[in-house]
Amino acid sequence: MSETASSEPMLEINDLHIRFPVRRNMLGRVTVENHAVSGVDLTLMPGETLGLVGESGCGKTTLGRTIVGAQQATSGSIVYDGRDLTQLKNREKGRYRRQIRMVFQDPFSSLNPRMTLRQIIGDPLVATGEAKGAELEDRVAEMMRKVGLSPDYMDRYPHAFSGGQRQRVNIARALIVGPKLVVADEPVSALDVSVRAQILNLLRELQAEFGLTYLFISHDLSVVENIADRVAVMYFGKIVELADTAELYEKPSHPYTEALMSAVPIPDPSRRGRTGRVLLPDDLPDPTKPPPGCAFASRCRYAEAGRCDTGEVDFVDGVRCVRSEELELQGIAKTDAQ
Amino acid sequence: MTVKETEASPESAGAEGNGRRATASQRQLVWWSFKKHRLALVSAWVLGFMLVVIAFCEFFAPFDDRHRDSEYTTAPPQVLKLWDTDGPDGFQWGLHVDGYTSEQDPRSLRITYEANPEDRVDVGFFVKGEEYELFGLIPWDRHLIGPEDPEDPMYLLGTTTDGQDLLSQLVYATRVSASVGVIGVLLAFALGIVLGAISGYFGGWIDNVIQRVIELFMAVPSIPLWLGLAAALPADMSPVTRYFIITTILALVAWTGLAREVRGRFLALRGEEFVTSALLDGSSRRRVMFRHMLPSFSSHIIAALSLSIPSMILAETALSWLGLGLRPPAVSWGVQLQDASKWSVLSGAPWLLIPGLVVVIVVLAFNFVGDGMRDAADPYKH
Repeated sequence: MSETASSEPMLEINDLHIRFPVRRNMLGRVTVENHAVSGVDLTLMPGETLGLVGESGCGKTTLGRTIVGAQQATSGSIVYDGRDLTQLKNREKGRYRRQIRMVFQDPFSSLNPRMTLRQIIGDPLVATGEAKGAELEDRVAEMMRKVGLSPDYMDRYPHAFSGGQRQRVNIARALIVGPKLVVADEPVSALDVSVRAQILNLLRELQAEFGLTYLFISHDLSVVENIADRVAVMYFGKIVELADTAELYEKPSHPYTEALMSAVPIPDPSRRGRTGRVLLPDDLPDPTKPPPGCAFASRCRYAEAGRCDTGEVDFVDGVRCVRSEELELQGIAKTDAQ
Repeated sequence: MTVKETEASPESAGAEGNGRRATASQRQLVWWSFKKHRLALVSAWVLGFMLVVIAFCEFFAPFDDRHRDSEYTTAPPQVLKLWDTDGPDGFQWGLHVDGYTSEQDPRSLRITYEANPEDRVDVGFFVKGEEYELFGLIPWDRHLIGPEDPEDPMYLLGTTTDGQDLLSQLVYATRVSASVGVIGVLLAFALGIVLGAISGYFGGWIDNVIQRVIELFMAVPSIPLWLGLAAALPADMSPVTRYFIITTILALVAWTGLAREVRGRFLALRGEEFVTSALLDGSSRRRVMFRHMLPSFSSHIIAALSLSIPSMILAETALSWLGLGLRPPAVSWGVQLQDASKWSVLSGAPWLLIPGLVVVIVVLAFNFVGDGMRDAADPYKH
């Protein structure tokens, strides 16, 4: 894994908001909105892998989809290469779509069952008219070899392949146009544990070979620990904690991070923490009516009435919690085997 | 985490025993599963035969569609005989039919015909008959079957009240009626697929507008709509123009159902990740709709197509039978059946119902083929 070398950020997300209309009144004006992402600031450095974790519905996938341009932002900016991606005109989008690519979560629904691997992997080149004929075939074959698929299978349909192989196809399609940044949305969540490690290794090799930057979205902390340089924890549309991987796992600063970590199964009994599992009550706030104060307060076992449920909580020193200084939270020790 | 890299291979393909299924194109898979449907296969042969007849109908018909023999009106079908025992020389081989003797009832003035074994009409294959031009290009005068002497009567399915050969008329009518069905359905499908795709893909107000228009079309009872549109056509229109206008009218009524179906499919597919990924690949929306999404259910569309041809054929037949569709001199099944609409005529000449039988056979064949294709349409469902 490459350490962050350059100081120029590759991607800068500033105060990004994404809201979905839920209900409209008779005039078509939106009356109820779902706040999927509410004020995210994130910076990606070239060559790094930033893990983005959080439970389902916290807005991490929406954030990823907005970065690649599959989703419109409501406000805020995503600056890449000096340009705000949220303000691009349609004809400019093509250039950025080639540099920022996405690997999808579901290896089954993300591959068109009626197309051969040749058509699927080569589609970005065909759609933009970049390559055809023998050149197209050569590039598809080369990409397939790079992701560990034999080019002999080029004319097969996705139904002949396993989940892990389909995910390799997904990766090949994402990388064939030579991107700089790859948003991997839960790329291994749908896979078996054994295959998962293969795909993670493949992603790491490809990162080294092509100098890629990853935004790695996952709900699985053990996977993120494995691949990420830094980890951002997202809760209810906001980043609640951001730290280097080792630091975060050893000593989380946000109660939500602690709760997430306590949910990671640890095979070695001697390494299981003293506190055991932190069970969160299942009362996520209504995303159409964000609560005042800390959004996690309703589920937090450290929450203090009067301090946590009033006023906006600022993001200070990589954590969004008013009590972070006072709390002594339990992490999980860095796994030794890599 | 220590896991060694393994070269991936499609193990599931190996598990299926051979690579045949894994590399087979969708078309092959559909064909393999269609072949298992016996009735559909037989029906496909029937339709194939019909297609050949349509293409070479001048050759298959013993007489021209304008041929009229006023000497023999409403003559009964003749029996094709292989040998002859009543001739002057006793037993004799030779394909022939018996001629007619006619008798006029002095009171009703109705003429009745009887087969007359004395009057032998020799019949042959590939006989010289009326001249015609195949596909409007190649002049020829041979007919598959016909009387050796073109002046002799040979009416294997009898004649109409106008003295036309029912068999020849039927062959020409098949061309007209079946092509109205097929062309009409293709028109309806072009409209239905495009509007359905737009409606389902874009959603929102576009979807709303298209759906309301469809509801409007569906709310109007189709028979009065046909009648109204067809009745508005001037009576002195040429048969060809009339043919195309009737086809268009039928298509305008029929497209709605398909548009609904296509819309539903597009709505369902719109959320699939492969659609998002195709957009991110840089495909235009039109490319995503018609290159990525439509092929996912092209086989369903073909099945729906062959299932909607029958209703189109029946609609044309009904319209023509009512006298609002095609009109003589154009011949279609509906025009032919007009002859059979009077009981007084039908009671003496039941063979006039034969076109109805052909309608039933063709409609059933299209339905069976459609059924077979619908079942075969999704070869990936296991």
